[in-house]
Amino acid sequence: MRQSSKMLLRIIAWLTLAALGVGILIGLVGLVRVQGLTYFLQALVDGLRLGFVYALIALGYTLVYGIVRLINFAHGDVFMVGAFTSFYAITQYGWGFVPAILLAMIVCTLLNVVIERVAYKPLRSAPRIAALITAIGVSFFLEYFTALKWVFGADYYTYKQPFEVQVWNIGGVLISNITVIIIAVTLFLLFSLQYIISRTKMGRAMRACSFDKPAARLMGINVDGIISATFAVGAALAGAGGVLYAIAFPQIWTFMGVMPGLKAFIAAVLGGIGSVPGAFVGSLLMGEIDVLVVSFLPMGSRLRDLFAFFVLIIVFLVKPTGIFGEPQVEKV
Amino acid sequence: MRKKKVSRSWVPSLLMAVGVFVVIWLLKTIGLLSMRWYLILQMAAITTISALGLNLIYGFNGQFSLGHIGFYAIGAYASALITKDLSAKWSGTQVGGLSWIMAGQLGVLATLILANKLKMGPRLKALRKRIGGELAPYESGTITALAGILMLVVVLAAGVVVAVVTHWVFFALFSGLVSILPKAVEQPIIFFVALLNGGTLAALVSYLVGLPLLRLGSDYFGIATLGFAIMVYTALQSGDLVIPTMKGARGMVGIPHWTNWGWAFGALVLSLFVIRNLVYSSYGRAFLSVREDEVAARAMGVDVAQMKTMAFTFGGFFAGVAGGLYAHWSGFLHPSSFNMIRGFDPLIMIVFGGLGSMTGTLVGSMTIVIGLELLRNVLPSGFEDWRFVIYAILLLMIMLLRQQGLLGTNEWGWLKAPLPPERDIPVPTQAAVEGEEGA
Repeated sequence: MRQSSKMLLRIIAWLTLAALGVGILIGLVGLVRVQGLTYFLQALVDGLRLGFVYALIALGYTLVYGIVRLINFAHGDVFMVGAFTSFYAITQYGWGFVPAILLAMIVCTLLNVVIERVAYKPLRSAPRIAALITAIGVSFFLEYFTALKWVFGADYYTYKQPFEVQVWNIGGVLISNITVIIIAVTLFLLFSLQYIISRTKMGRAMRACSFDKPAARLMGINVDGIISATFAVGAALAGAGGVLYAIAFPQIWTFMGVMPGLKAFIAAVLGGIGSVPGAFVGSLLMGEIDVLVVSFLPMGSRLRDLFAFFVLIIVFLVKPTGIFGEPQVEKV
Repeated sequence: MRKKKVSRSWVPSLLMAVGVFVVIWLLKTIGLLSMRWYLILQMAAITTISALGLNLIYGFNGQFSLGHIGFYAIGAYASALITKDLSAKWSGTQVGGLSWIMAGQLGVLATLILANKLKMGPRLKALRKRIGGELAPYESGTITALAGILMLVVVLAAGVVVAVVTHWVFFALFSGLVSILPKAVEQPIIFFVALLNGGTLAALVSYLVGLPLLRLGSDYFGIATLGFAIMVYTALQSGDLVIPTMKGARGMVGIPHWTNWGWAFGALVLSLFVIRNLVYSSYGRAFLSVREDEVAARAMGVDVAQMKTMAFTFGGFFAGVAGGLYAHWSGFLHPSSFNMIRGFDPLIMIVFGGLGSMTGTLVGSMTIVIGLELLRNVLPSGFEDWRFVIYAILLLMIMLLRQQGLLGTNEWGWLKAPLPPERDIPVPTQAAVEGEEGA
């Protein structure tokens, strides 16, 4: 190639990139200026709150996928059961926030372990899709069974906050104590999880199982027990997530888990499924995307789901392993 | 040696189909079959067509798709737009919608063919390779993207030209037809064209969707197609922004009730005929080989990507036709009929009946549609909500206790695989085989 034509191509490339960059910058500035900076910051804060709740659900997806390579469709419904458990504990028995969230975590843990034993364990050696269909069945069952009149009922319920809601105004941006509590609880659970995974014997066994199950079994690890434990940990996080989600968006019904569940799954894929920090970062991004679309696009509340799945498909096509994921080699 | 008969007889199966058709029709005519069950039977046939399409994708080709309902919805809305035009004239003229939908498809097709003929993909790759050595990767990437966009604009412009030109041709043709023909003849013709268009539009969309997505692995593909279905659902809710008569989330009304037992059952028989012959053709065997083992199929010279796209496109076509029949069955379309939860229905049906079995799909979807309605009669009042709980338990039981479904991969009658052709290869008799083992 001649030197001059090379220079020309370079100039064209740089001009295009510069135009693209300037365009994005102008677009962003315009977006912020349409509604004002406070509105933008408020959206960021709201996105953060949503993202932290997504993180609690996404961690369950990522843990389970990391070990048994199963997209646990019923996870969103376990999350719903957590919200309902705390709802009854708070409104009917007048429990406080901490006991209610602990109860929700325990109930979800038991539920998920039972689901794993009954529905997934018999299919351990079956093709992956068989377990996925079973997971869809479990999800259906939980949704319709809990919608029965004598279980939870098919209505929308208004969730009563277990504590006094306070709102602080910081330079025009409203931050409520709900946001603070969500961030604090999520960070606490996240660090506990990180501790369990990296420091305890069980966590080491989990990592071993996700790396190579037959080898882990040869090393004397009780693989089935570890899988149950993984489901239990994931469900406990989802239960806490359900309580926090219901506190932040106080309307619950038995199908409430479907969309947050899918969004959290998208977040886990975005961050790199199987990776704990990935799920966390992906969830924060997902929460921000969700809220920014609603706040800034015309008809955003209709488009938010469309946008979330658009993100998913783009991630699948461009980098299926996500931000933190390690490339998987398909074995023949 | 005299040639033996090589294929199974299709006569008994045809007789049975005709029998079922006539019996239902007679029962309806003499009034033994209530209107409700007559409609439910039609719905069962329609659902079976859609499920057969999914069985082609998942059962025979092994591509786990959760987005089938999206193609069903596209077919439903497209054909409803065409037939509604005839009486309501939402586009201003009687056949405006029809000619635009047909011309649009031709335009997309022309774009695809032109892109293929110009060898866009390979050319861009070659360009990237040629300048990649001299420039930094992001620079060459930008140049390639620019060139790609330029080519795309040219190709798209050609497509638009084709669409506009053919639109006038179709418009002249169909407005002529409508003005000449009497109403009794015109209606079935337009309905047939509308159903076919619903199918082809769904097939075109599934081709375009499948092109990038089919590269993904099994469960990732499922989630991505689920995403597609949810995107279609969301788009339909805002459909009135593009075409006002779609009415978005309020639901589309005024679609003629043209589906009857004859159309539904006829379409089902025709679909079975096409799918059966496809499955036992060389393409069908290639589909199966992709399902069983992609690497081995590739090693045997099967174009895996092409086979996946083909099965997915055919499956989308049948979903679209079924959607069209559904639209004229109910006369009212609402996006919530095509939401995610309804989207699992065809999957559950084919799993219940047996993956990779056409008879299984037939039995499975008939059982589920009719069974769910029967439960309405059987369950005592106050327990109607249990229907879907039972449905879920049924699915779980099938997956846990009998994973191959009701029928496994068995087929009945003419749907069975044809016998292998006689090739004059000496077949050892039973006695000879035993003698050899003894020796």
